[in-house]
Amino acid sequence: MKGVRVLVGTKKGAFILTASKKRQSWKIDGPHFAGWEIYHMTGSPADPNRLYASQTSSWFGQVIQRSSDGGKTWETVGNEFKYKGEPGQHQWYDGSLRPWEFKRVWHLEPSLDDPDEVYAGVEDAALFRTKNGGKSWDELPGLRGHGSGPQWAPGAGGMCLHTILLDPSRPERMTIAISAAGVFRSEDRGKTWQPSNKGLVSLYIPDPKAEVGHCVHRIASHPDRPDVLFMQKHWDVMRSDDAGANWYEISGNLPTDFGFPIAVHAHDPETIYVVPIKSDSEHYPPDGKLRVYRSRSGGNEWKALTKGLPQKNCYVNVLRDAMSVDRHDPCGIYFGTTGGQVYASNDEGNSWQTIAGHLPAVLSVEVQTLS
Amino acid sequence: MIRVQLPAPLRRLTKTEGIVELEISTPVTQRKLLDALELRFPMLRGTTRDQQTKKRRAYVRFFACGEDLSDASPDAVLPQAVASGKELFLIVGALAGG
Repeated sequence: MKGVRVLVGTKKGAFILTASKKRQSWKIDGPHFAGWEIYHMTGSPADPNRLYASQTSSWFGQVIQRSSDGGKTWETVGNEFKYKGEPGQHQWYDGSLRPWEFKRVWHLEPSLDDPDEVYAGVEDAALFRTKNGGKSWDELPGLRGHGSGPQWAPGAGGMCLHTILLDPSRPERMTIAISAAGVFRSEDRGKTWQPSNKGLVSLYIPDPKAEVGHCVHRIASHPDRPDVLFMQKHWDVMRSDDAGANWYEISGNLPTDFGFPIAVHAHDPETIYVVPIKSDSEHYPPDGKLRVYRSRSGGNEWKALTKGLPQKNCYVNVLRDAMSVDRHDPCGIYFGTTGGQVYASNDEGNSWQTIAGHLPAVLSVEVQTLS
Repeated sequence: MIRVQLPAPLRRLTKTEGIVELEISTPVTQRKLLDALELRFPMLRGTTRDQQTKKRRAYVRFFACGEDLSDASPDAVLPQAVASGKELFLIVGALAGG
Protein backbone atom coordinates (compact mmCIF):
# COMPACT_ATOMS: atom_id res chain seq x y z
CA MET A 1 0.00 0.00 0.00
CA LYS A 2 0.97 3.64 -0.31
CA GLY A 3 0.47 6.05 2.52
CA VAL A 4 1.23 5.71 6.19
CA ARG A 5 1.40 2.88 8.68
CA VAL A 6 1.37 3.94 12.34
CA LEU A 7 2.65 1.32 14.77
CA VAL A 8 1.20 1.85 18.23
CA GLY A 9 2.41 -0.05 21.30
CA THR A 10 0.14 0.08 24.34
CA LYS A 11 -0.14 -1.30 27.85
CA LYS A 12 -2.47 -4.03 26.59
CA GLY A 13 -1.47 -4.85 23.05
CA ALA A 14 -0.38 -3.42 19.69
CA PHE A 15 -2.42 -1.59 17.09
CA ILE A 16 -1.63 -0.78 13.47
CA LEU A 17 -3.26 2.30 11.99
CA THR A 18 -3.17 2.87 8.25
CA ALA A 19 -4.18 5.68 5.93
CA SER A 20 -3.51 6.94 2.44
CA LYS A 21 -1.05 9.73 1.76
CA LYS A 22 -3.80 12.25 2.49
CA ARG A 23 -3.89 10.93 6.07
CA GLN A 24 -7.53 11.79 6.61
CA SER A 25 -9.34 8.45 6.94
CA TRP A 26 -7.85 5.80 9.20
CA LYS A 27 -8.24 2.07 9.65
CA ILE A 28 -7.36 0.50 13.01
CA ASP A 29 -6.14 -3.08 13.15
CA GLY A 30 -5.68 -4.86 16.49
CA PRO A 31 -5.16 -5.60 19.21
CA HIS A 32 -2.19 -7.74 18.40
CA PHE A 33 -0.61 -9.58 21.35
CA ALA A 34 -3.68 -8.71 23.43
CA GLY A 35 -3.13 -8.17 27.11
CA TRP A 36 0.65 -7.77 26.85
CA GLU A 37 2.62 -4.56 27.15
CA ILE A 38 4.10 -3.55 23.82
CA TYR A 39 6.94 -1.25 24.75
CA HIS A 40 7.96 -0.66 21.15
CA MET A 41 7.04 -1.74 17.64
CA THR A 42 8.96 -0.53 14.63
CA GLY A 43 9.83 -1.27 11.02
CA SER A 44 13.05 -1.76 9.10
CA PRO A 45 14.13 1.18 6.93
CA ALA A 46 15.52 -1.40 4.50
CA ASP A 47 12.31 -3.42 4.23
CA PRO A 48 9.08 -1.76 5.40
CA ASN A 49 7.31 -5.11 5.62
CA ARG A 50 9.77 -6.31 8.25
CA LEU A 51 8.48 -5.27 11.66
CA TYR A 52 9.69 -6.03 15.17
CA ALA A 53 7.81 -5.72 18.44
CA SER A 54 8.89 -5.87 22.06
CA GLN A 55 6.15 -7.76 23.91
CA THR A 56 6.61 -7.88 27.64
CA SER A 57 4.90 -8.72 30.91
CA SER A 58 5.83 -8.46 34.55
CA TRP A 59 4.39 -11.97 34.92
CA PHE A 60 5.72 -13.76 31.85
CA GLY A 61 8.83 -11.85 30.82
CA GLN A 62 10.07 -10.80 27.41
CA VAL A 63 8.92 -11.93 23.97
CA ILE A 64 10.14 -10.56 20.65
CA GLN A 65 7.76 -10.71 17.70
CA ARG A 66 8.70 -10.36 14.04
CA SER A 67 6.55 -9.81 10.98
CA SER A 68 7.61 -10.12 7.35
CA ASP A 69 4.34 -8.93 5.84
CA GLY A 70 3.79 -5.53 7.38
CA GLY A 71 2.10 -6.80 10.51
CA LYS A 72 -0.50 -9.15 8.99
CA THR A 73 1.17 -12.19 10.56
CA TRP A 74 3.76 -12.51 13.31
CA GLU A 75 6.20 -15.07 14.62
CA THR A 76 8.08 -15.22 17.87
CA VAL A 77 11.87 -15.07 17.63
CA GLY A 78 14.66 -15.24 20.19
CA ASN A 79 13.99 -13.70 23.58
CA GLU A 80 17.15 -14.50 25.52
CA PHE A 81 19.03 -11.36 26.55
CA LYS A 82 22.05 -12.52 28.49
CA TYR A 83 24.59 -10.00 29.75
CA LYS A 84 28.14 -10.83 28.76
CA GLY A 85 30.48 -11.66 31.62
CA GLU A 86 29.83 -10.61 35.18
CA PRO A 87 26.69 -8.48 35.30
CA GLY A 88 28.26 -5.84 37.56
CA GLN A 89 26.36 -3.45 39.80
CA HIS A 90 24.51 -0.16 39.43
CA GLN A 91 22.94 2.24 41.89
CA TRP A 92 19.50 1.60 43.26
CA TYR A 93 17.03 4.35 44.23
CA ASP A 94 18.29 4.37 47.82
CA GLY A 95 21.94 4.66 46.81
CA SER A 96 22.77 1.01 47.44
CA LEU A 97 24.27 -1.15 44.70
CA ARG A 98 22.32 -3.83 42.86
CA PRO A 99 23.41 -6.33 40.24
CA TRP A 100 22.31 -5.82 36.66
CA GLU A 101 19.16 -7.84 35.95
CA PHE A 102 17.40 -8.01 32.60
CA LYS A 103 13.79 -6.86 32.78
CA ARG A 104 12.52 -5.87 29.33
CA VAL A 105 13.33 -4.41 25.92
CA TRP A 106 12.38 -0.75 25.78
CA HIS A 107 13.43 0.12 22.25
CA LEU A 108 14.23 -1.68 19.01
CA GLU A 109 16.27 0.10 16.35
CA PRO A 110 16.63 -1.76 13.04
CA SER A 111 19.80 -1.05 11.10
CA LEU A 112 19.50 1.34 8.18
CA ASP A 113 20.40 -1.20 5.51
CA ASP A 114 19.80 -4.75 6.78
CA PRO A 115 16.35 -5.93 7.90
CA ASP A 116 17.91 -8.79 9.86
CA GLU A 117 20.12 -6.51 11.96
CA VAL A 118 18.46 -4.82 14.92
CA TYR A 119 19.71 -3.10 18.06
CA ALA A 120 17.78 -3.48 21.31
CA GLY A 121 17.95 -1.10 24.25
CA VAL A 122 17.02 -2.89 27.44
CA GLU A 123 16.36 -2.46 31.15
CA ASP A 124 18.63 -2.85 33.15
CA ALA A 125 20.50 -0.64 30.73
CA ALA A 126 22.49 -2.40 28.05
CA LEU A 127 22.66 -2.60 24.28
CA PHE A 128 22.06 -5.84 22.39
CA ARG A 129 22.18 -6.67 18.69
CA THR A 130 20.83 -9.39 16.44
CA LYS A 131 22.22 -10.07 13.00
CA ASN A 132 19.84 -12.91 12.19
CA GLY A 133 16.43 -11.31 12.35
CA GLY A 134 16.03 -11.77 16.08
CA LYS A 135 16.88 -15.46 16.38
CA SER A 136 19.65 -14.63 18.81
CA TRP A 137 20.78 -11.49 20.61
CA ASP A 138 24.30 -10.57 21.74
CA GLU A 139 25.23 -7.79 24.08
CA LEU A 140 27.65 -5.07 23.00
CA PRO A 141 29.36 -5.13 26.38
CA GLY A 142 31.59 -2.12 25.89
CA LEU A 143 28.78 0.21 26.91
CA ARG A 144 27.93 -1.45 30.22
CA GLY A 145 31.65 -2.03 30.72
CA HIS A 146 32.52 1.61 30.23
CA GLY A 147 33.44 1.82 33.89
CA SER A 148 30.84 4.29 35.06
CA GLY A 149 28.16 1.64 35.60
CA PRO A 150 28.20 1.89 39.41
CA GLN A 151 27.12 5.54 38.97
CA TRP A 152 24.13 4.70 36.77
CA ALA A 153 20.75 4.77 38.50
CA PRO A 154 17.21 3.98 37.44
CA GLY A 155 14.81 6.76 36.60
CA ALA A 156 11.23 6.46 37.82
CA GLY A 157 10.44 4.08 34.97
CA GLY A 158 13.48 1.88 35.48
CA MET A 159 17.09 1.95 34.32
CA CYS A 160 16.33 1.82 30.64
CA LEU A 161 18.30 2.31 27.46
CA HIS A 162 15.58 4.04 25.45
CA THR A 163 17.22 5.90 22.56
CA ILE A 164 19.47 4.48 19.83
CA LEU A 165 20.57 6.83 17.05
CA LEU A 166 22.35 5.44 14.01
CA ASP A 167 24.27 7.92 11.86
CA PRO A 168 23.48 7.41 8.17
CA SER A 169 26.63 9.26 7.09
CA ARG A 170 28.99 7.54 9.54
CA PRO A 171 28.04 3.88 10.09
CA GLU A 172 30.70 3.57 12.77
CA ARG A 173 28.98 6.17 14.96
CA MET A 174 26.17 5.33 17.39
CA THR A 175 24.57 7.47 20.07
CA ILE A 176 22.43 6.07 22.87
CA ALA A 177 20.72 7.45 25.95
CA ILE A 178 19.98 5.89 29.31
CA SER A 179 17.71 7.04 32.10
CA ALA A 180 19.38 7.91 34.42
CA ALA A 181 22.94 7.77 33.17
CA GLY A 182 22.86 10.08 30.17
CA VAL A 183 24.19 10.05 26.63
CA PHE A 184 26.98 7.79 25.39
CA ARG A 185 28.60 7.82 21.96
CA SER A 186 30.58 5.19 20.10
CA GLU A 187 32.80 5.85 17.10
CA ASP A 188 33.57 2.17 16.44
CA ARG A 189 30.18 0.54 15.88
CA GLY A 190 29.50 0.02 19.53
CA LYS A 191 32.75 -1.54 20.71
CA THR A 192 33.79 1.33 22.96
CA TRP A 193 31.80 4.22 24.39
CA GLN A 194 32.32 7.62 25.93
CA PRO A 195 29.88 9.72 27.99
CA SER A 196 28.56 12.66 26.01
CA ASN A 197 26.89 14.87 28.59
CA LYS A 198 28.95 18.06 28.69
CA GLY A 199 26.66 21.03 29.16
CA LEU A 200 23.86 19.11 30.86
CA VAL A 201 22.89 20.46 34.28
CA SER A 202 20.73 18.30 36.54
CA LEU A 203 19.86 19.70 39.94
CA TYR A 204 18.60 16.34 41.23
CA ILE A 205 22.05 14.71 41.36
CA PRO A 206 24.86 15.55 43.80
CA ASP A 207 27.05 17.10 41.12
CA PRO A 208 24.66 18.83 38.69
CA LYS A 209 27.33 18.80 35.96
CA ALA A 210 28.51 15.23 36.54
CA GLU A 211 29.94 13.24 33.64
CA VAL A 212 27.16 10.64 34.04
CA GLY A 213 23.92 10.39 35.99
CA HIS A 214 21.63 12.65 33.96
CA CYS A 215 18.04 11.61 33.33
CA VAL A 216 17.85 12.04 29.58
CA HIS A 217 14.33 11.31 28.35
CA ARG A 218 14.80 11.29 24.59
CA ILE A 219 17.16 12.38 21.81
CA ALA A 220 16.23 13.02 18.19
CA SER A 221 18.14 14.02 15.09
CA HIS A 222 17.52 14.61 11.40
CA PRO A 223 19.14 12.06 9.07
CA ASP A 224 20.48 14.78 6.77
CA ARG A 225 22.21 16.54 9.65
CA PRO A 226 23.18 13.87 12.15
CA ASP A 227 25.65 16.06 14.06
CA VAL A 228 22.77 18.17 15.36
CA LEU A 229 21.01 16.46 18.26
CA PHE A 230 17.95 17.58 20.18
CA MET A 231 17.22 16.35 23.69
CA GLN A 232 14.27 16.37 26.03
CA LYS A 233 15.78 15.95 29.48
CA HIS A 234 14.07 15.36 32.83
CA TRP A 235 14.07 19.14 32.93
CA ASP A 236 15.44 21.26 30.07
CA VAL A 237 15.27 20.96 26.31
CA MET A 238 18.81 20.81 24.96
CA ARG A 239 20.69 20.93 21.68
CA SER A 240 24.10 19.84 20.46
CA ASP A 241 25.71 20.97 17.21
CA ASP A 242 28.69 18.63 17.50
CA ALA A 243 27.13 15.18 17.80
CA GLY A 244 26.76 15.40 21.54
CA ALA A 245 30.21 16.64 22.49
CA ASN A 246 28.65 19.80 23.93
CA TRP A 247 25.05 20.61 24.82
CA TYR A 248 23.27 23.92 25.37
CA GLU A 249 19.76 24.77 26.49
CA ILE A 250 17.03 25.75 24.01
CA SER A 251 14.00 25.72 26.33
CA GLY A 252 13.35 29.40 25.56
CA ASN A 253 9.70 30.41 25.99
CA LEU A 254 8.27 26.94 26.69
CA PRO A 255 5.70 27.02 29.52
CA THR A 256 7.65 24.21 31.20
CA ASP A 257 10.73 22.42 29.96
CA PHE A 258 9.81 19.08 31.49
CA GLY A 259 8.55 16.41 29.11
CA PHE A 260 9.37 13.13 27.48
CA PRO A 261 9.35 12.99 23.64
CA ILE A 262 11.07 15.20 21.11
CA ALA A 263 10.85 14.90 17.33
CA VAL A 264 12.38 16.56 14.27
CA HIS A 265 10.44 17.58 11.16
CA ALA A 266 11.17 15.23 8.24
CA HIS A 267 12.10 17.97 5.78
CA ASP A 268 13.34 20.85 7.93
CA PRO A 269 16.12 19.96 10.37
CA GLU A 270 15.52 23.19 12.32
CA THR A 271 11.87 22.43 13.05
CA ILE A 272 11.35 20.43 16.23
CA TYR A 273 8.43 19.36 18.40
CA VAL A 274 7.98 18.76 22.14
CA VAL A 275 5.01 18.18 24.45
CA PRO A 276 5.57 20.12 27.68
CA ILE A 277 4.45 18.38 30.87
CA LYS A 278 3.85 20.35 34.06
CA SER A 279 6.55 18.86 36.27
CA ASP A 280 8.39 15.75 37.38
CA SER A 281 5.69 15.04 39.95
CA GLU A 282 2.71 16.17 37.85
CA HIS A 283 2.89 14.22 34.62
CA TYR A 284 0.19 16.07 32.69
CA PRO A 285 0.01 19.18 30.51
CA PRO A 286 0.02 22.58 32.23
CA ASP A 287 -3.46 24.03 32.81
CA GLY A 288 -5.15 20.87 31.50
CA LYS A 289 -4.36 21.95 27.91
CA LEU A 290 -2.70 19.45 25.61
CA ARG A 291 -0.30 21.51 23.53
CA VAL A 292 2.43 20.46 21.17
CA TYR A 293 5.10 23.12 20.90
CA ARG A 294 6.95 23.67 17.64
CA SER A 295 10.13 25.60 17.09
CA ARG A 296 11.08 26.51 13.54
CA SER A 297 14.39 27.97 14.66
CA GLY A 298 15.99 24.91 16.21
CA GLY A 299 14.86 25.88 19.69
CA ASN A 300 14.35 28.85 22.03
CA GLU A 301 11.39 30.28 20.11
CA TRP A 302 8.38 28.01 20.48
CA LYS A 303 4.78 28.22 19.34
CA ALA A 304 1.88 26.28 20.86
CA LEU A 305 -0.05 24.06 18.45
CA THR A 306 -3.57 23.49 19.76
CA LYS A 307 -6.03 23.16 16.88
CA GLY A 308 -7.80 19.82 17.31
CA LEU A 309 -6.22 19.05 20.68
CA PRO A 310 -8.16 19.16 23.98
CA GLN A 311 -7.76 22.56 25.64
CA LYS A 312 -9.45 21.89 28.95
CA ASN A 313 -9.52 19.13 31.54
CA CYS A 314 -6.79 17.11 29.83
CA TYR A 315 -4.45 15.32 32.23
CA VAL A 316 -2.70 12.69 30.11
CA ASN A 317 1.00 12.18 29.56
CA VAL A 318 2.95 11.53 26.36
CA LEU A 319 5.75 9.03 26.90
CA ARG A 320 9.24 9.24 25.44
CA ASP A 321 8.77 6.79 22.56
CA ALA A 322 5.26 7.93 21.73
CA MET A 323 5.94 10.64 19.12
CA SER A 324 7.02 10.24 15.53
CA VAL A 325 6.92 11.88 12.10
CA ASP A 326 6.26 10.66 8.58
CA ARG A 327 8.17 11.73 5.46
CA HIS A 328 5.27 12.86 3.31
CA ASP A 329 4.94 16.47 2.23
CA PRO A 330 3.61 18.21 4.23
CA CYS A 331 5.23 16.33 7.05
CA GLY A 332 2.91 14.37 9.35
CA ILE A 333 3.33 14.38 13.15
CA TYR A 334 1.91 11.69 15.43
CA PHE A 335 1.75 11.10 19.15
CA GLY A 336 -0.06 8.87 21.61
CA THR A 337 -1.13 9.52 25.19
CA THR A 338 -1.44 7.58 28.40
CA GLY A 339 -5.17 8.17 28.01
CA GLY A 340 -5.23 5.99 24.91
CA GLN A 341 -5.60 8.68 22.26
CA VAL A 342 -3.46 8.84 19.15
CA TYR A 343 -3.35 12.26 17.50
CA ALA A 344 -2.10 12.98 13.99
CA SER A 345 -1.37 16.11 12.05
CA ASN A 346 -1.08 16.01 8.26
CA ASP A 347 0.06 19.64 8.08
CA GLU A 348 3.23 19.89 10.18
CA GLY A 349 1.31 20.28 13.43
CA ASN A 350 -0.93 23.19 12.41
CA SER A 351 -4.02 21.06 13.06
CA TRP A 352 -4.67 17.69 14.64
CA GLN A 353 -7.17 14.90 14.40
CA THR A 354 -7.83 12.03 16.79
CA ILE A 355 -7.05 8.91 14.80
CA ALA A 356 -7.66 6.53 17.73
CA GLY A 357 -9.62 7.67 20.74
CA HIS A 358 -9.93 4.83 23.17
CA LEU A 359 -6.88 2.58 23.11
CA PRO A 360 -5.09 1.34 26.22
CA ALA A 361 -2.37 3.69 27.50
CA VAL A 362 0.03 4.34 24.63
CA LEU A 363 3.67 3.43 25.21
CA SER A 364 5.11 3.98 21.75
CA VAL A 365 4.26 5.40 18.34
CA GLU A 366 6.31 4.78 15.22
CA VAL A 367 5.42 5.79 11.69
CA GLN A 368 6.29 4.16 8.40
CA THR A 369 6.02 6.21 5.23
CA LEU A 370 4.99 3.79 2.49
CA SER A 371 5.56 4.53 -1.18
CA MET B 1 -0.85 -38.12 29.37
CA ILE B 2 -0.18 -34.99 31.44
CA ARG B 3 -2.74 -32.24 31.14
CA VAL B 4 -1.55 -28.65 31.56
CA GLN B 5 -3.64 -25.51 31.79
CA LEU B 6 -1.85 -22.38 30.63
CA PRO B 7 -2.84 -18.88 31.76
CA ALA B 8 -4.67 -16.79 29.18
CA PRO B 9 -1.64 -14.68 28.08
CA LEU B 10 0.34 -17.85 27.35
CA ARG B 11 -2.60 -19.45 25.53
CA ARG B 12 -2.64 -16.42 23.25
CA LEU B 13 1.13 -16.62 22.82
CA THR B 14 0.99 -20.31 21.88
CA LYS B 15 -2.24 -19.92 19.91
CA THR B 16 -3.79 -22.76 21.89
CA GLU B 17 -7.18 -23.12 23.50
CA GLY B 18 -8.15 -25.25 26.45
CA ILE B 19 -5.82 -27.87 27.86
CA VAL B 20 -2.37 -28.81 26.53
CA GLU B 21 -1.58 -32.51 26.66
CA LEU B 22 1.99 -33.76 27.02
CA GLU B 23 3.59 -37.22 26.99
CA ILE B 24 6.23 -37.38 29.73
CA SER B 25 8.09 -40.43 30.97
CA THR B 26 7.79 -41.32 34.63
CA PRO B 27 8.67 -40.19 37.16
CA VAL B 28 6.98 -36.92 36.21
CA THR B 29 8.57 -33.82 37.71
CA GLN B 30 7.97 -30.10 37.31
CA ARG B 31 11.28 -29.77 35.44
CA LYS B 32 10.42 -32.53 32.96
CA LEU B 33 6.96 -31.06 32.48
CA LEU B 34 8.29 -27.57 31.72
CA ASP B 35 11.04 -29.00 29.50
CA ALA B 36 8.40 -30.88 27.48
CA LEU B 37 6.17 -27.82 27.34
CA GLU B 38 8.98 -25.60 26.03
CA LEU B 39 10.04 -28.25 23.52
CA ARG B 40 6.56 -28.27 22.07
CA PHE B 41 6.10 -24.50 22.34
CA PRO B 42 9.52 -22.83 22.02
CA MET B 43 7.92 -19.40 22.43
CA LEU B 44 7.31 -20.31 26.08
CA ARG B 45 11.03 -20.29 26.86
CA GLY B 46 11.61 -17.65 29.49
CA THR B 47 7.93 -17.08 30.23
CA THR B 48 7.49 -19.34 33.25
CA ARG B 49 11.12 -19.68 34.37
CA ASP B 50 14.43 -18.00 33.72
CA GLN B 51 16.12 -19.38 30.61
CA GLN B 52 19.51 -19.60 32.27
CA THR B 53 18.88 -20.41 35.93
CA LYS B 54 15.55 -22.23 35.36
CA LYS B 55 14.25 -20.41 38.44
CA ARG B 56 10.49 -19.84 38.43
CA ARG B 57 9.47 -16.30 37.50
CA ALA B 58 8.30 -14.42 40.57
CA TYR B 59 4.71 -13.88 39.42
CA VAL B 60 4.15 -17.39 38.08
CA ARG B 61 2.58 -20.07 40.30
CA PHE B 62 2.11 -23.82 39.87
CA PHE B 63 -1.01 -25.44 41.34
CA ALA B 64 -2.23 -29.05 41.25
CA CYS B 65 -4.58 -31.21 43.30
CA GLY B 66 -5.63 -28.20 45.34
CA GLU B 67 -2.08 -27.50 46.43
CA ASP B 68 0.42 -24.74 45.67
CA LEU B 69 3.48 -26.51 44.27
CA SER B 70 5.25 -23.29 43.29
CA ASP B 71 8.06 -23.63 45.78
CA ALA B 72 8.47 -27.39 45.53
CA SER B 73 11.74 -28.65 44.14
CA PRO B 74 11.67 -28.76 40.34
CA ASP B 75 12.85 -32.35 40.63
CA ALA B 76 10.23 -33.47 43.13
CA VAL B 77 7.86 -36.09 41.74
CA LEU B 78 4.46 -34.58 40.94
CA PRO B 79 1.31 -36.16 42.45
CA GLN B 80 0.17 -39.41 40.80
CA ALA B 81 -3.13 -37.79 39.87
CA VAL B 82 -1.18 -35.26 37.73
CA ALA B 83 1.07 -37.93 36.24
CA SER B 84 -1.96 -40.00 35.25
CA GLY B 85 -3.77 -37.04 33.73
CA LYS B 86 -6.63 -37.24 36.19
CA GLU B 87 -5.80 -33.81 37.62
CA LEU B 88 -4.63 -30.71 35.78
CA PHE B 89 -1.25 -29.05 36.31
CA LEU B 90 -2.13 -25.38 36.40
CA ILE B 91 0.30 -22.63 35.44
CA VAL B 92 -1.14 -19.45 36.91
CA GLY B 93 -0.29 -15.78 36.74
CA ALA B 94 -0.14 -14.56 40.33
CA LEU B 95 -2.79 -12.12 41.46
CA ALA B 96 -0.92 -8.84 41.32
CA GLY B 97 -3.27 -6.34 39.79
CA GLY B 98 -3.25 -5.52 36.12
